This record gives sequence, C-alpha cells and structure tokens, in this order.
Amino acid sequence: MQPLFQQGTGPLLRTLFFVLLSATIMVADHRFNQLEQVRGVLSGAIAPLRYAVDLPARFLGWSSDQVRSREELIERVNALERENLRLRARQLKFETIRSENERLRTLLDSTSDRDERVLVAELLSVALDPYRQQVVVNQGERDGVYAGQPLIDAYGVMGQIINTGPFTATALLISDPNHALPVQINRNGLRTIAEGTGEPDRLELRYIPNNADVRVGDRVVSSGLGGRFPPNYPVATVMEVERRPGEPFARVIAAPQAHLDRSREVLLVWPESADPGNIAANGDVPAADADGTDAPPRGKP
Amino acid sequence: MNPRWWLIPLTLAVALMLAMVPLPDAAAPFWPDWVTLVALYWAMALPQRFGLTFAWIAGILLDVSQGALLGQNALGTVIVVAFALRYHQRLRVAPIAQQALIVTVLLLLKQALVLWTSGLAGRAPETPWLFFAAPLTALLFWPLLFVVLRDLRRRYQVA
Repeated sequence: MQPLFQQGTGPLLRTLFFVLLSATIMVADHRFNQLEQVRGVLSGAIAPLRYAVDLPARFLGWSSDQVRSREELIERVNALERENLRLRARQLKFETIRSENERLRTLLDSTSDRDERVLVAELLSVALDPYRQQVVVNQGERDGVYAGQPLIDAYGVMGQIINTGPFTATALLISDPNHALPVQINRNGLRTIAEGTGEPDRLELRYIPNNADVRVGDRVVSSGLGGRFPPNYPVATVMEVERRPGEPFARVIAAPQAHLDRSREVLLVWPESADPGNIAANGDVPAADADGTDAPPRGKP
Repeated sequence: MNPRWWLIPLTLAVALMLAMVPLPDAAAPFWPDWVTLVALYWAMALPQRFGLTFAWIAGILLDVSQGALLGQNALGTVIVVAFALRYHQRLRVAPIAQQALIVTVLLLLKQALVLWTSGLAGRAPETPWLFFAAPLTALLFWPLLFVVLRDLRRRYQVA
C-alpha cells in the first residue's frame, strides 16, 4: 500500500527538469537542426504503429478488389488498355521529339537531359496538425530515400522529403506555408517562386512585377534552379492575377497540378545531379527551397 | 512490482495510433488529443506508477508522429500531467462531468502552450481558434475513455 500523502522527491523540481529538457530540445531542433538523427530513430520506432493504422484502409482496398465482379474487372482492364494505347502513341511521338532534341543539343554542344530514376511509394498518413501540410510515405532510408528528395504524383510536383526514418519518410507538401519552389511560366520562361499558403489548392507566385506577362490559365513548371527539383515538371496553373498599382509586385495565385489531398500513390525522384555550370551560366542565384532542413541534395545513393 | 503495468504503455500506444488515423480535413481539427487524454487518466488513477517520465516520452513520440517541433507536445503534456499528479486525490473523487470539465481546461492549456511554442518558432497557424476545437470534443470523449480505461485497469488489476 502506498502512503497516502507521499509526494516523492520534489515534484516541482522534476516538472521543472522536464520543462527545461523540452525547451532545450525545441531550441536544438529549431535552431540547429541537430536532432534529425534522433527523429529518424524515433520515427523508426513508431513505424509499426503507423503500418498498423494503415492496415484497415489497406484491408478495405484489398477486400473491395476481391468482391469486384467479373464485368467490372473486364471493363477496367479494357479502359486501362485503351489508356495504355493512347499513352504509347503519345510516347512514340515523344521518342522522336526526344531524339531530335538530343541531336539539336549535340549540334549546340550542350549537355543532354537524362532520365531520372523513380520509385513508387504509398502515403501512410497525413499530418494530424491541420496547419501543417505534411505526409508520410512508406519508403525510408533503407530504400535510398534522402532528405531534400523531390516527391511527385502522376499530375505534378507534390513536395520534398524533409526527414527520413529507416522505413518511412516525412515529406513537406508544396502547399505548406514554409515551402517555396523555384518555378517558371511555361509559356514565356518567366522565373518566379511558388510559395505554399497552407491551403492544398492554392499557391502564391511571388515577386512577379505588375507589368509582367502572366495570364490566367498559364502553366507553371519547375525551373530546376536551386538544384533540388528536376526542371520542367508541371507544378501549377495560374488561377488569379491581380495587378496592384500601389505595390511593387502583382498578386498571382495558382492551383497545384498534383492532387495534393487525393493521391495515394506517389513517386520519389532521384534527379541527375544538377550541373553547377548550368546554373551559373544562367546568372541566377539558386533560390532556397526548403524550410529549415538544409541537407545537401545528393545524387544517386 | 506488479507485472501488469504493461497496460499503461499499451493504452498509450493505442492512443498514439488513434492520433495518427487519417481523417478528412473537415473532421481533423475536432479529433481529440488521445495521447494526452490517456496520460491524464493514468496520472490521475495511478500517480505512483505513471510519472512525468512516461508523460514526457509519450509527448515526444506524439511530436515525432505529427512532425511537430520536437518537444512541443512533450512540454504541454508534462505540464498538464504535473497538474494532474499534484491534484490526483481531488480529481479522482470528482463527479465525472466535473472531471471532464477540468480535463478540457487542461487540454486547452496544453493547446495554448503548443500554439505559443509554434509562434516562437515562427510556425504559427493563420486561424488559431480551430486549434481549440479538439479540447472541446474531448469534453464529450472523456466519460467514455474514463469508463473504458477504468474497466481495463480493474480487469487487469493494474496497480
């Protein structure tokens, strides 16, 4: 039996100790990014819980596959075959254009584009915090995922990995207020920066002068400056252009192409290491595109 | 040493799983903070077994699972659990509605702490009042959680 009025060794002191410990950790995490290792280990420790949470959804998907009727399956296969045919036809054209492009590039003596390596990952969970636009994917360090790695879905750029555990990795979406991505307008090559707003369907294009040539419906692609994202991936479509005579820059809102709140399958991309001469030749300072995590982008692991 | 204390980490793990359940955007702000609720229950019911160390570890794991700044939830959890430990004798005998009210106030305090530390780190949300929706739904969930955890504690004789 415990004594009724025992208070132990100074409860106030112990509370104070833990409060100070938390404060120290917060400062270390925020200011110095010292704790990425710790975070990785801990997220490895809770990875089994994450997988367990994901099980019911997986089971539902599996059982709906099991009970799907024959006609439905035939219909789906047919639809997929039709789509495959269409994509193959487009691919044929793409191949010719690519070889032509390569020839022209060799004529001009410039470096040629190479293919990026990709890996399919599935979302495990989204951040509970409604103000943080983050997702967790089911591939981690063991699969060669690294901090700073671009994440795309079938429609466009989704975000980048900010933290890796052994089996899972956390990604910051392009719609997070802390995320900025160097982009350009596809139509005329106008360079700008796409910043997240905290809403999954809006990005803000910053530092566009009032007299710049931007129109509603313009497609925005990644510019590849900064060396973190591969160039020419679709990012967004311009939705609103508000020219403000009193201010130095126009207010431009764009809708992300990627299905940030709906995609379950995503692709991790290993970009070919950015050619430093390429960026320097452009005369542009590469824009910083991460929130606090300054892990250097690596090439192929 | 009672061999059945493993029920405490087990319930905390389940709470952590509940916290990670993906929800539609509209419902997510109203999902209560299960980990802190369970931590408060154990602090109140078994203060000699469930101390600040447990609360702090639970908070850190919550931080990791949510991608928050490491230490934010740990700080909040430690402070509210310290309060529950200090007044556990009064909290235990209070009627369940009154308990729910006190727990809600504690959770509001915790959310305020998390919001404050987010603000210091420059990550403050634009509409902070949605942050305080979760403690209010905890008011409804507390009686249910209390009954479930009490029955578990009695069945497995955790002491």
